[in-house]
Amino acid sequence: MPVREHEGVAIWRRRTAGEALVRWFGWLVGLAIFLFCWKQISDATTWFFVWDAPTIAGDIWSRATPPRWEYISRLWWPIWDTLNIATLGTLIALFLAVPVAFMAARNTTPSRWLIRPIALFIIVSTRSINSLIWALLLIAIIGPGVFAGVISIAIRSIGFCAKLLYEAIEEIDHAQVEAITATGASRWQVMAYGIVPQVMPAFAGIAVFRWDINIRESTVLGLVGAGGIGLQLQASLNVLAWPQVSLILLVILAAVVISEWVSAKVRGAII
Amino acid sequence: MRPDEERRELDDILGTAWRKPHFVRRPLLRWGLIAGFVAYLIAAFLTIDVDWNRVYEGLDRGLQFILSFTRPDFVTRASDIWGGLVESIVITVSASVVGILISIPIGLGAARNIAPLPVYMICRGIVAVSRALQEIIVAILLVAIFGFGPLAGFLTLSFATIGFLSKLLAEDIEAMDRTQAEAIRASGARWLQWINYGVQPQVMPRLVGLSIYRVDINFRESAILGLVGAGGIGATLNTAFDRYEYDTAAAILLLIIGIVMALEYISGVVRARVQ
Repeated sequence: MPVREHEGVAIWRRRTAGEALVRWFGWLVGLAIFLFCWKQISDATTWFFVWDAPTIAGDIWSRATPPRWEYISRLWWPIWDTLNIATLGTLIALFLAVPVAFMAARNTTPSRWLIRPIALFIIVSTRSINSLIWALLLIAIIGPGVFAGVISIAIRSIGFCAKLLYEAIEEIDHAQVEAITATGASRWQVMAYGIVPQVMPAFAGIAVFRWDINIRESTVLGLVGAGGIGLQLQASLNVLAWPQVSLILLVILAAVVISEWVSAKVRGAII
Repeated sequence: MRPDEERRELDDILGTAWRKPHFVRRPLLRWGLIAGFVAYLIAAFLTIDVDWNRVYEGLDRGLQFILSFTRPDFVTRASDIWGGLVESIVITVSASVVGILISIPIGLGAARNIAPLPVYMICRGIVAVSRALQEIIVAILLVAIFGFGPLAGFLTLSFATIGFLSKLLAEDIEAMDRTQAEAIRASGARWLQWINYGVQPQVMPRLVGLSIYRVDINFRESAILGLVGAGGIGATLNTAFDRYEYDTAAAILLLIIGIVMALEYISGVVRARVQ
Protein backbone atom coordinates (compact mmCIF):
# COMPACT_ATOMS: atom_id res chain seq x y z
CA MET A 1 0.00 0.00 0.00
CA PRO A 2 1.45 3.38 -0.92
CA VAL A 3 2.17 5.24 2.30
CA ARG A 4 4.04 8.44 3.02
CA GLU A 5 5.78 9.18 6.31
CA HIS A 6 5.02 12.63 7.62
CA GLU A 7 6.50 13.55 11.02
CA GLY A 8 6.57 9.90 12.02
CA VAL A 9 2.96 9.26 11.05
CA ALA A 10 2.11 7.02 8.09
CA ILE A 11 -0.38 8.68 5.79
CA TRP A 12 -2.31 6.62 3.22
CA ARG A 13 -1.89 7.66 -0.39
CA ARG A 14 -3.82 6.46 -3.39
CA ARG A 15 -0.72 6.04 -5.53
CA THR A 16 3.05 5.63 -5.10
CA ALA A 17 5.31 8.55 -6.00
CA GLY A 18 6.31 6.88 -9.29
CA GLU A 19 2.72 6.24 -10.35
CA ALA A 20 1.77 9.78 -9.46
CA LEU A 21 4.65 11.12 -11.56
CA VAL A 22 3.70 9.02 -14.59
CA ARG A 23 0.10 10.16 -14.29
CA TRP A 24 1.09 13.77 -13.89
CA PHE A 25 3.29 13.53 -16.98
CA GLY A 26 0.44 11.92 -18.94
CA TRP A 27 -1.90 14.75 -18.03
CA LEU A 28 0.79 17.27 -19.04
CA VAL A 29 1.17 15.68 -22.49
CA GLY A 30 -2.61 15.56 -22.89
CA LEU A 31 -2.92 19.21 -21.95
CA ALA A 32 -0.17 20.16 -24.39
CA ILE A 33 -1.95 18.30 -27.22
CA PHE A 34 -5.23 19.97 -26.37
CA LEU A 35 -3.66 23.43 -26.26
CA PHE A 36 -1.97 22.78 -29.61
CA CYS A 37 -5.32 21.76 -31.13
CA TRP A 38 -7.04 24.76 -29.64
CA LYS A 39 -4.33 27.02 -31.08
CA GLN A 40 -4.98 25.55 -34.55
CA ILE A 41 -8.70 26.23 -34.27
CA SER A 42 -8.12 29.68 -32.86
CA ASP A 43 -5.75 30.58 -35.71
CA ALA A 44 -8.31 29.50 -38.30
CA THR A 45 -11.08 31.55 -36.69
CA THR A 46 -12.01 35.11 -37.47
CA TRP A 47 -12.53 36.26 -33.91
CA PHE A 48 -14.35 39.40 -34.96
CA PHE A 49 -17.25 37.25 -36.17
CA VAL A 50 -17.24 35.36 -32.89
CA TRP A 51 -17.48 38.49 -30.77
CA ASP A 52 -20.23 39.61 -33.08
CA ALA A 53 -22.06 36.27 -32.72
CA PRO A 54 -24.66 37.25 -30.08
CA THR A 55 -25.91 40.07 -32.30
CA ILE A 56 -26.04 37.77 -35.32
CA ALA A 57 -27.82 35.05 -33.34
CA GLY A 58 -30.39 37.59 -32.10
CA ASP A 59 -30.83 38.85 -35.63
CA ILE A 60 -31.40 35.33 -37.02
CA TRP A 61 -33.80 34.56 -34.19
CA SER A 62 -35.86 37.66 -34.88
CA ARG A 63 -35.99 36.81 -38.60
CA ALA A 64 -36.85 33.14 -37.98
CA THR A 65 -39.77 33.77 -35.63
CA PRO A 66 -42.62 33.26 -36.15
CA PRO A 67 -42.26 30.27 -38.53
CA ARG A 68 -44.10 30.57 -41.82
CA TRP A 69 -46.83 28.05 -41.03
CA GLU A 70 -48.53 28.10 -44.43
CA TYR A 71 -45.31 26.73 -45.98
CA ILE A 72 -46.23 23.34 -44.48
CA SER A 73 -48.49 22.68 -47.49
CA ARG A 74 -45.33 22.38 -49.61
CA LEU A 75 -43.61 20.10 -47.11
CA TRP A 76 -45.95 17.08 -47.14
CA TRP A 77 -44.40 15.60 -50.24
CA PRO A 78 -40.78 15.96 -48.99
CA ILE A 79 -41.84 14.44 -45.66
CA TRP A 80 -43.26 11.42 -47.50
CA ASP A 81 -40.00 11.17 -49.49
CA THR A 82 -38.00 11.31 -46.27
CA LEU A 83 -40.06 8.50 -44.76
CA ASN A 84 -39.55 6.43 -47.91
CA ILE A 85 -35.81 7.01 -47.94
CA ALA A 86 -35.52 5.85 -44.34
CA THR A 87 -37.86 2.86 -44.59
CA LEU A 88 -36.81 1.48 -47.97
CA GLY A 89 -33.16 2.11 -47.12
CA THR A 90 -33.55 0.15 -43.88
CA LEU A 91 -35.30 -2.72 -45.69
CA ILE A 92 -32.60 -3.03 -48.35
CA ALA A 93 -29.93 -2.81 -45.67
CA LEU A 94 -31.54 -5.60 -43.65
CA PHE A 95 -31.73 -7.85 -46.72
CA LEU A 96 -28.04 -7.35 -47.36
CA ALA A 97 -26.99 -7.38 -43.69
CA VAL A 98 -28.39 -10.84 -42.91
CA PRO A 99 -26.02 -12.82 -45.16
CA VAL A 100 -23.10 -10.58 -44.13
CA ALA A 101 -23.88 -11.17 -40.46
CA PHE A 102 -24.08 -14.95 -40.91
CA MET A 103 -20.75 -14.86 -42.72
CA ALA A 104 -19.18 -12.71 -40.00
CA ALA A 105 -20.38 -14.64 -36.95
CA ARG A 106 -17.73 -17.07 -35.70
CA ASN A 107 -20.20 -19.92 -35.20
CA THR A 108 -21.93 -19.74 -38.59
CA THR A 109 -19.27 -18.53 -40.99
CA PRO A 110 -18.49 -20.93 -43.81
CA SER A 111 -14.80 -20.10 -43.69
CA ARG A 112 -12.95 -18.42 -40.87
CA TRP A 113 -9.88 -17.39 -42.83
CA LEU A 114 -11.36 -16.24 -46.12
CA ILE A 115 -15.01 -15.22 -45.83
CA ARG A 116 -15.09 -13.88 -42.27
CA PRO A 117 -12.42 -11.17 -42.90
CA ILE A 118 -14.25 -10.11 -46.07
CA ALA A 119 -17.53 -9.81 -44.17
CA LEU A 120 -15.82 -7.87 -41.38
CA PHE A 121 -14.27 -5.52 -43.93
CA ILE A 122 -17.69 -4.87 -45.47
CA ILE A 123 -19.02 -4.09 -41.98
CA VAL A 124 -16.19 -1.71 -41.06
CA SER A 125 -16.05 0.14 -44.36
CA THR A 126 -19.78 0.73 -44.69
CA ARG A 127 -20.05 1.74 -41.05
CA SER A 128 -17.17 4.20 -40.95
CA ILE A 129 -18.40 6.38 -43.83
CA ASN A 130 -21.33 8.67 -43.07
CA SER A 131 -24.49 8.45 -45.15
CA LEU A 132 -23.97 12.03 -46.37
CA ILE A 133 -20.68 10.96 -47.96
CA TRP A 134 -22.31 7.91 -49.51
CA ALA A 135 -24.99 10.26 -50.82
CA LEU A 136 -22.37 12.59 -52.35
CA LEU A 137 -20.79 9.63 -54.07
CA LEU A 138 -24.06 8.14 -55.33
CA ILE A 139 -25.24 11.50 -56.62
CA ALA A 140 -22.09 11.73 -58.69
CA ILE A 141 -22.78 8.23 -60.01
CA ILE A 142 -26.56 7.88 -60.43
CA GLY A 143 -27.71 11.49 -60.28
CA PRO A 144 -29.57 13.43 -57.60
CA GLY A 145 -32.92 12.31 -56.26
CA VAL A 146 -34.68 10.08 -53.77
CA PHE A 147 -33.16 6.91 -55.22
CA ALA A 148 -29.62 8.04 -54.36
CA GLY A 149 -30.85 8.75 -50.82
CA VAL A 150 -32.38 5.28 -50.46
CA ILE A 151 -29.20 3.57 -51.63
CA SER A 152 -26.89 5.69 -49.47
CA ILE A 153 -28.99 5.01 -46.35
CA ALA A 154 -29.01 1.33 -47.27
CA ILE A 155 -25.23 1.11 -47.68
CA ARG A 156 -24.55 3.02 -44.48
CA SER A 157 -26.89 0.77 -42.50
CA ILE A 158 -25.47 -2.57 -43.69
CA GLY A 159 -22.46 -2.37 -41.42
CA PHE A 160 -24.44 -1.25 -38.38
CA CYS A 161 -27.14 -3.91 -38.70
CA ALA A 162 -24.70 -6.68 -39.62
CA LYS A 163 -22.44 -5.86 -36.66
CA LEU A 164 -25.24 -5.97 -34.10
CA LEU A 165 -26.77 -9.04 -35.73
CA TYR A 166 -23.54 -11.06 -35.85
CA GLU A 167 -22.92 -10.27 -32.19
CA ALA A 168 -26.43 -11.59 -31.45
CA ILE A 169 -25.71 -14.72 -33.51
CA GLU A 170 -22.47 -15.34 -31.62
CA GLU A 171 -24.33 -15.14 -28.31
CA ILE A 172 -26.98 -17.79 -29.10
CA ASP A 173 -27.54 -20.83 -26.93
CA HIS A 174 -25.63 -23.68 -28.52
CA ALA A 175 -27.76 -26.44 -26.98
CA GLN A 176 -30.74 -25.65 -29.22
CA VAL A 177 -28.58 -25.74 -32.33
CA GLU A 178 -27.18 -29.10 -31.24
CA ALA A 179 -30.68 -30.46 -30.61
CA ILE A 180 -31.80 -29.51 -34.12
CA THR A 181 -28.61 -30.98 -35.61
CA ALA A 182 -29.20 -34.22 -33.69
CA THR A 183 -32.56 -34.67 -35.46
CA GLY A 184 -30.65 -34.98 -38.71
CA ALA A 185 -31.41 -31.49 -40.00
CA SER A 186 -29.45 -30.10 -42.91
CA ARG A 187 -27.31 -26.97 -42.60
CA TRP A 188 -30.15 -24.74 -43.81
CA GLN A 189 -32.69 -26.40 -41.54
CA VAL A 190 -30.38 -25.87 -38.57
CA MET A 191 -30.28 -22.19 -39.47
CA ALA A 192 -34.04 -21.90 -39.92
CA TYR A 193 -35.06 -23.83 -36.79
CA GLY A 194 -32.04 -23.55 -34.48
CA ILE A 195 -30.54 -20.11 -35.04
CA VAL A 196 -33.16 -17.85 -36.62
CA PRO A 197 -35.78 -18.18 -33.82
CA GLN A 198 -33.11 -17.24 -31.28
CA VAL A 199 -31.94 -14.09 -33.07
CA MET A 200 -35.39 -13.01 -34.33
CA PRO A 201 -36.17 -10.65 -31.40
CA ALA A 202 -32.70 -9.09 -31.67
CA PHE A 203 -33.19 -8.73 -35.42
CA ALA A 204 -36.52 -6.97 -35.04
CA GLY A 205 -35.05 -4.69 -32.38
CA ILE A 206 -32.07 -3.81 -34.60
CA ALA A 207 -34.38 -3.12 -37.54
CA VAL A 208 -36.53 -0.66 -35.61
CA PHE A 209 -33.52 0.94 -33.92
CA ARG A 210 -31.80 1.52 -37.25
CA TRP A 211 -35.04 2.79 -38.82
CA ASP A 212 -35.17 5.43 -36.08
CA ILE A 213 -31.59 6.52 -36.80
CA ASN A 214 -32.30 6.49 -40.54
CA ILE A 215 -35.25 8.85 -40.15
CA ARG A 216 -32.82 11.30 -38.53
CA GLU A 217 -30.21 10.85 -41.22
CA SER A 218 -32.62 11.03 -44.13
CA THR A 219 -33.90 14.43 -43.01
CA VAL A 220 -30.51 15.95 -43.84
CA LEU A 221 -29.61 13.94 -46.95
CA GLY A 222 -31.26 16.60 -49.09
CA LEU A 223 -28.48 19.03 -48.17
CA VAL A 224 -26.32 17.32 -50.75
CA GLY A 225 -29.23 16.73 -53.17
CA ALA A 226 -30.38 13.23 -52.24
CA GLY A 227 -34.07 14.01 -51.80
CA GLY A 228 -36.29 14.46 -48.78
CA ILE A 229 -36.99 17.43 -46.60
CA GLY A 230 -33.31 18.43 -46.56
CA LEU A 231 -33.74 19.72 -50.14
CA GLN A 232 -36.31 22.26 -48.91
CA LEU A 233 -33.99 23.14 -46.02
CA GLN A 234 -31.10 23.78 -48.38
CA ALA A 235 -33.28 25.82 -50.75
CA SER A 236 -34.62 27.94 -47.89
CA LEU A 237 -31.14 28.47 -46.45
CA ASN A 238 -29.82 29.53 -49.84
CA VAL A 239 -32.35 32.32 -50.14
CA LEU A 240 -32.07 33.15 -46.40
CA ALA A 241 -35.78 32.46 -45.89
CA TRP A 242 -35.41 32.04 -42.13
CA PRO A 243 -39.15 31.68 -41.34
CA GLN A 244 -39.22 28.65 -43.65
CA VAL A 245 -36.00 27.30 -42.12
CA SER A 246 -37.47 27.45 -38.64
CA LEU A 247 -40.62 25.65 -39.78
CA ILE A 248 -38.56 22.91 -41.45
CA LEU A 249 -36.43 22.53 -38.33
CA LEU A 250 -39.60 22.15 -36.26
CA VAL A 251 -40.88 19.48 -38.66
CA ILE A 252 -37.55 17.63 -38.47
CA LEU A 253 -37.62 17.82 -34.67
CA ALA A 254 -41.16 16.42 -34.64
CA ALA A 255 -40.14 13.61 -37.00
CA VAL A 256 -37.19 12.71 -34.78
CA VAL A 257 -39.30 12.69 -31.62
CA ILE A 258 -42.08 10.62 -33.23
CA SER A 259 -39.70 8.07 -34.72
CA GLU A 260 -37.89 7.70 -31.39
CA TRP A 261 -41.23 7.18 -29.66
CA VAL A 262 -42.33 4.55 -32.22
CA SER A 263 -39.01 2.77 -31.99
CA ALA A 264 -39.09 2.73 -28.17
CA LYS A 265 -42.67 1.40 -28.19
CA VAL A 266 -41.94 -1.36 -30.68
CA ARG A 267 -38.73 -2.41 -28.95
CA GLY A 268 -40.59 -2.42 -25.63
CA ALA A 269 -43.21 -4.74 -27.15
CA ILE A 270 -40.60 -7.11 -28.57
CA ILE A 271 -38.13 -7.42 -25.72
CA MET B 1 -55.97 -42.79 -51.41
CA ARG B 2 -55.42 -39.13 -52.09
CA PRO B 3 -52.31 -37.55 -50.52
CA ASP B 4 -54.19 -35.18 -48.20
CA GLU B 5 -56.35 -37.99 -46.85
CA GLU B 6 -53.23 -39.99 -46.24
CA ARG B 7 -51.75 -37.13 -44.26
CA ARG B 8 -54.91 -36.80 -42.19
CA GLU B 9 -54.75 -40.46 -41.27
CA LEU B 10 -51.12 -40.02 -40.21
CA ASP B 11 -52.15 -37.01 -38.14
CA ASP B 12 -54.73 -39.16 -36.37
CA ILE B 13 -52.02 -41.55 -35.36
CA LEU B 14 -49.35 -39.04 -34.38
CA GLY B 15 -51.51 -36.11 -33.25
CA THR B 16 -51.55 -32.85 -35.26
CA ALA B 17 -48.32 -31.94 -36.93
CA TRP B 18 -46.12 -29.34 -35.26
CA ARG B 19 -46.18 -25.96 -36.91
CA LYS B 20 -43.67 -23.22 -36.50
CA PRO B 21 -45.08 -20.61 -34.08
CA HIS B 22 -45.54 -17.17 -35.59
CA PHE B 23 -43.46 -14.23 -34.50
CA VAL B 24 -46.56 -12.11 -33.84
CA ARG B 25 -49.04 -14.32 -31.98
CA ARG B 26 -52.38 -12.55 -32.56
CA PRO B 27 -53.54 -13.40 -36.12
CA LEU B 28 -55.52 -10.19 -36.60
CA LEU B 29 -52.57 -8.01 -35.63
CA ARG B 30 -50.24 -10.14 -37.72
CA TRP B 31 -52.30 -9.93 -40.91
CA GLY B 32 -53.01 -6.25 -40.24
CA LEU B 33 -49.29 -5.53 -39.99
CA ILE B 34 -48.52 -7.52 -43.13
CA ALA B 35 -51.32 -5.86 -45.12
CA GLY B 36 -50.38 -2.39 -43.95
CA PHE B 37 -46.77 -3.04 -44.78
CA VAL B 38 -47.52 -4.30 -48.27
CA ALA B 39 -49.82 -1.33 -48.92
CA TYR B 40 -47.07 1.04 -47.76
CA LEU B 41 -44.49 -0.66 -49.97
CA ILE B 42 -46.73 -0.36 -53.03
CA ALA B 43 -47.39 3.32 -52.29
CA ALA B 44 -43.70 3.98 -51.74
CA PHE B 45 -42.62 2.26 -54.95
CA LEU B 46 -45.27 4.08 -56.97
CA THR B 47 -44.20 7.49 -55.70
CA ILE B 48 -40.44 7.16 -56.09
CA ASP B 49 -39.48 8.17 -59.57
CA VAL B 50 -36.21 6.64 -60.60
CA ASP B 51 -34.61 7.79 -63.81
CA TRP B 52 -33.35 4.38 -64.89
CA ASN B 53 -31.59 5.80 -67.94
CA ARG B 54 -29.58 8.09 -65.71
CA VAL B 55 -28.79 5.18 -63.39
CA TYR B 56 -27.71 3.07 -66.34
CA GLU B 57 -25.44 5.83 -67.64
CA GLY B 58 -24.01 6.24 -64.15
CA LEU B 59 -23.03 2.58 -63.79
CA ASP B 60 -19.97 3.24 -65.90
CA ARG B 61 -18.87 6.02 -63.55
CA GLY B 62 -19.62 3.79 -60.57
CA LEU B 63 -17.33 1.14 -61.99
CA GLN B 64 -14.61 3.76 -62.49
CA PHE B 65 -15.01 4.83 -58.89
CA ILE B 66 -14.71 1.28 -57.60
CA LEU B 67 -11.66 0.76 -59.80
CA SER B 68 -10.11 3.96 -58.44
CA PHE B 69 -9.92 2.26 -55.04
CA THR B 70 -7.24 0.06 -56.56
CA ARG B 71 -5.13 3.10 -57.43
CA PRO B 72 -5.90 5.80 -54.86
CA ASP B 73 -4.10 9.07 -55.51
CA PHE B 74 -2.59 10.38 -52.30
CA VAL B 75 -0.09 12.62 -54.08
CA THR B 76 -1.75 15.13 -56.43
CA ARG B 77 -3.79 16.86 -53.73
CA ALA B 78 -1.50 15.84 -50.88
CA SER B 79 -1.46 19.26 -49.21
CA ASP B 80 -5.28 19.60 -49.32
CA ILE B 81 -5.77 16.10 -47.95
CA TRP B 82 -3.18 16.61 -45.24
CA GLY B 83 -4.60 19.99 -44.21
CA GLY B 84 -8.16 18.67 -44.10
CA LEU B 85 -7.17 15.57 -42.18
CA VAL B 86 -5.20 17.53 -39.60
CA GLU B 87 -8.11 19.91 -39.17
CA SER B 88 -10.50 16.98 -38.70
CA ILE B 89 -8.23 15.47 -36.06
CA VAL B 90 -7.78 18.83 -34.33
CA ILE B 91 -11.55 19.34 -34.21
CA THR B 92 -12.06 15.78 -32.95
CA VAL B 93 -9.49 16.11 -30.15
CA SER B 94 -10.59 19.49 -28.85
CA ALA B 95 -14.31 18.79 -29.16
CA SER B 96 -13.91 15.47 -27.37
CA VAL B 97 -11.89 17.01 -24.51
CA VAL B 98 -14.25 19.94 -23.99
CA GLY B 99 -17.36 17.81 -24.53
CA ILE B 100 -16.24 15.18 -22.01
CA LEU B 101 -15.27 17.81 -19.42
CA ILE B 102 -18.66 19.51 -19.68
CA SER B 103 -20.64 16.29 -19.83
CA ILE B 104 -19.28 15.02 -16.50
CA PRO B 105 -21.01 17.68 -14.35
CA ILE B 106 -24.13 17.49 -16.52
CA GLY B 107 -24.10 13.71 -16.23
CA LEU B 108 -23.84 14.02 -12.44
CA GLY B 109 -26.74 16.46 -12.50
CA ALA B 110 -28.86 14.19 -14.69
CA ALA B 111 -28.57 11.22 -12.30
CA ARG B 112 -31.65 11.14 -10.10
CA ASN B 113 -29.90 9.46 -7.15
CA ILE B 114 -27.33 12.25 -6.83
CA ALA B 115 -28.95 15.46 -7.99
CA PRO B 116 -31.88 17.33 -6.46
CA LEU B 117 -34.99 17.61 -8.66
CA PRO B 118 -34.49 21.14 -10.13
CA VAL B 119 -30.89 20.38 -11.17
CA TYR B 120 -32.05 17.02 -12.55
CA MET B 121 -34.73 18.66 -14.69
CA ILE B 122 -32.32 21.27 -16.11
CA CYS B 123 -29.63 18.71 -16.93
CA ARG B 124 -32.11 16.28 -18.51
CA GLY B 125 -33.42 19.19 -20.58
CA ILE B 126 -29.93 19.97 -21.88
CA VAL B 127 -29.40 16.29 -22.72
CA ALA B 128 -32.75 16.06 -24.54
CA VAL B 129 -32.09 19.18 -26.64
CA SER B 130 -28.60 18.05 -27.56
CA ARG B 131 -29.78 14.59 -28.56
CA ALA B 132 -32.75 15.78 -30.60
CA LEU B 133 -30.71 18.12 -32.82
CA GLN B 134 -28.50 16.44 -35.34
CA GLU B 135 -24.87 17.39 -35.76
CA ILE B 136 -25.24 18.64 -39.29
CA ILE B 137 -28.18 20.94 -38.49
CA VAL B 138 -26.38 22.34 -35.45
CA ALA B 139 -23.37 22.87 -37.69
CA ILE B 140 -25.46 24.82 -40.24
CA LEU B 141 -26.80 27.12 -37.53
CA LEU B 142 -23.39 27.61 -35.91
CA VAL B 143 -21.76 28.36 -39.25
CA ALA B 144 -24.43 30.98 -39.84
CA ILE B 145 -23.70 32.48 -36.42
CA PHE B 146 -19.91 32.12 -36.04
CA GLY B 147 -18.86 32.13 -39.68
CA PHE B 148 -17.02 29.44 -41.66
CA GLY B 149 -14.18 27.49 -40.12
CA PRO B 150 -13.29 24.84 -37.57
CA LEU B 151 -14.69 26.76 -34.60
CA ALA B 152 -18.25 25.95 -35.72
CA GLY B 153 -17.29 22.30 -36.13
CA PHE B 154 -15.63 22.24 -32.74
CA LEU B 155 -18.71 23.72 -31.04
CA THR B 156 -21.05 21.35 -32.90
CA LEU B 157 -19.20 18.23 -31.86
CA SER B 158 -18.76 19.43 -28.26
CA PHE B 159 -22.50 20.00 -28.07
CA ALA B 160 -23.27 16.59 -29.54
CA THR B 161 -20.77 14.92 -27.17
CA ILE B 162 -22.53 16.44 -24.17
CA GLY B 163 -25.88 14.88 -25.07
CA PHE B 164 -24.44 11.47 -25.78
CA LEU B 165 -22.04 11.14 -22.86
CA SER B 166 -24.13 12.84 -20.16
CA LYS B 167 -27.07 10.56 -20.84
CA LEU B 168 -25.07 7.35 -20.70
CA LEU B 169 -23.03 8.53 -17.70
CA ALA B 170 -26.19 9.47 -15.82
CA GLU B 171 -27.70 6.05 -16.54
CA ASP B 172 -24.55 4.39 -15.27
CA ILE B 173 -24.56 6.47 -12.07
CA GLU B 174 -28.21 5.63 -11.50
CA ALA B 175 -27.38 1.93 -11.80
CA MET B 176 -24.41 2.05 -9.39
CA ASP B 177 -24.08 0.17 -6.11
CA ARG B 178 -25.40 2.34 -3.29
CA THR B 179 -23.49 0.66 -0.46
CA GLN B 180 -20.06 1.86 -1.56
CA ALA B 181 -21.21 5.45 -1.87
CA GLU B 182 -22.92 5.14 1.52
CA ALA B 183 -19.74 3.81 3.14
CA ILE B 184 -17.72 6.78 1.92
CA ARG B 185 -20.41 9.15 3.13
CA ALA B 186 -20.43 7.45 6.55
CA SER B 187 -16.70 8.13 6.91
CA GLY B 188 -17.59 11.85 6.98
CA ALA B 189 -16.62 12.74 3.43
CA ARG B 190 -17.55 16.09 1.96
CA TRP B 191 -19.70 16.12 -1.20
CA LEU B 192 -16.72 16.33 -3.55
CA GLN B 193 -14.89 13.54 -1.69
CA TRP B 194 -18.04 11.47 -1.80
CA ILE B 195 -18.21 11.84 -5.58
CA ASN B 196 -14.49 11.26 -5.96
CA TYR B 197 -14.18 8.13 -3.79
CA GLY B 198 -17.72 6.73 -3.67
CA VAL B 199 -19.13 7.32 -7.14
CA GLN B 200 -16.24 7.92 -9.52
CA PRO B 201 -14.44 4.55 -9.10
CA GLN B 202 -17.67 2.73 -9.91
CA VAL B 203 -18.42 4.56 -13.16
CA MET B 204 -14.85 5.20 -14.32
CA PRO B 205 -14.38 2.09 -16.51
CA ARG B 206 -17.58 2.75 -18.41
CA LEU B 207 -16.85 6.47 -18.66
CA VAL B 208 -13.45 5.77 -20.21
CA GLY B 209 -14.95 3.26 -22.63
CA LEU B 210 -17.75 5.61 -23.67
CA SER B 211 -15.37 8.55 -24.04
CA ILE B 212 -13.17 6.64 -26.43
CA TYR B 213 -16.21 5.44 -28.35
CA ARG B 214 -17.31 9.07 -28.60
CA VAL B 215 -13.89 10.12 -29.93
CA ASP B 216 -14.43 7.54 -32.64
CA ILE B 217 -17.89 8.95 -33.46
CA ASN B 218 -16.58 12.50 -33.39
CA PHE B 219 -13.91 11.70 -35.94
CA ARG B 220 -16.48 10.13 -38.25
CA GLU B 221 -18.77 13.14 -37.88
CA SER B 222 -15.92 15.61 -38.37
CA ALA B 223 -15.49 14.12 -41.84
CA ILE B 224 -18.86 15.50 -42.93
CA LEU B 225 -18.85 18.86 -41.16
CA GLY B 226 -16.87 20.31 -44.06
CA LEU B 227 -19.91 19.85 -46.32
CA VAL B 228 -21.61 22.77 -44.60
CA GLY B 229 -18.43 24.80 -44.10
CA ALA B 230 -17.59 23.81 -40.54
CA GLY B 231 -14.03 22.70 -41.24
CA GLY B 232 -12.36 19.31 -41.63
CA ILE B 233 -11.73 16.88 -44.44
CA GLY B 234 -15.34 16.99 -45.70
CA ALA B 235 -14.70 20.10 -47.79
CA THR B 236 -11.77 18.44 -49.58
CA LEU B 237 -13.84 15.31 -50.18
CA ASN B 238 -16.74 17.36 -51.53
CA THR B 239 -14.46 19.18 -53.95
CA ALA B 240 -12.94 15.90 -55.11
CA PHE B 241 -16.40 14.50 -55.88
CA ASP B 242 -17.48 17.68 -57.64
CA ARG B 243 -14.47 17.54 -59.92
CA TYR B 244 -14.91 13.80 -60.55
CA GLU B 245 -11.41 13.23 -59.13
CA TYR B 246 -12.35 9.76 -57.95
CA ASP B 247 -8.82 8.64 -57.22
CA THR B 248 -8.35 11.51 -54.73
CA ALA B 249 -11.78 10.80 -53.21
CA ALA B 250 -10.85 7.12 -52.89
CA ALA B 251 -7.62 8.10 -51.13
CA ILE B 252 -9.54 10.26 -48.63
CA LEU B 253 -12.12 7.54 -47.99
CA LEU B 254 -9.38 4.97 -47.45
CA LEU B 255 -7.70 7.32 -44.95
CA ILE B 256 -11.00 7.79 -43.08
CA ILE B 257 -11.64 4.03 -43.00
CA GLY B 258 -8.08 3.41 -41.84
CA ILE B 259 -8.27 5.94 -39.01
CA VAL B 260 -11.69 4.68 -37.89
CA MET B 261 -10.37 1.10 -37.85
CA ALA B 262 -7.33 2.20 -35.84
CA LEU B 263 -9.55 4.07 -33.38
CA GLU B 264 -11.82 1.05 -33.02
CA TYR B 265 -8.82 -1.17 -32.34
CA ILE B 266 -7.43 1.27 -29.74
CA SER B 267 -10.81 1.60 -28.07
CA GLY B 268 -11.08 -2.20 -27.88
CA VAL B 269 -7.66 -2.44 -26.23
CA VAL B 270 -8.36 0.39 -23.78
CA ARG B 271 -11.79 -0.96 -22.84
CA ALA B 272 -10.33 -4.42 -22.24
CA ARG B 273 -7.69 -2.85 -19.95
CA VAL B 274 -9.98 -0.65 -17.83
CA GLN B 275 -12.63 -3.31 -17.28
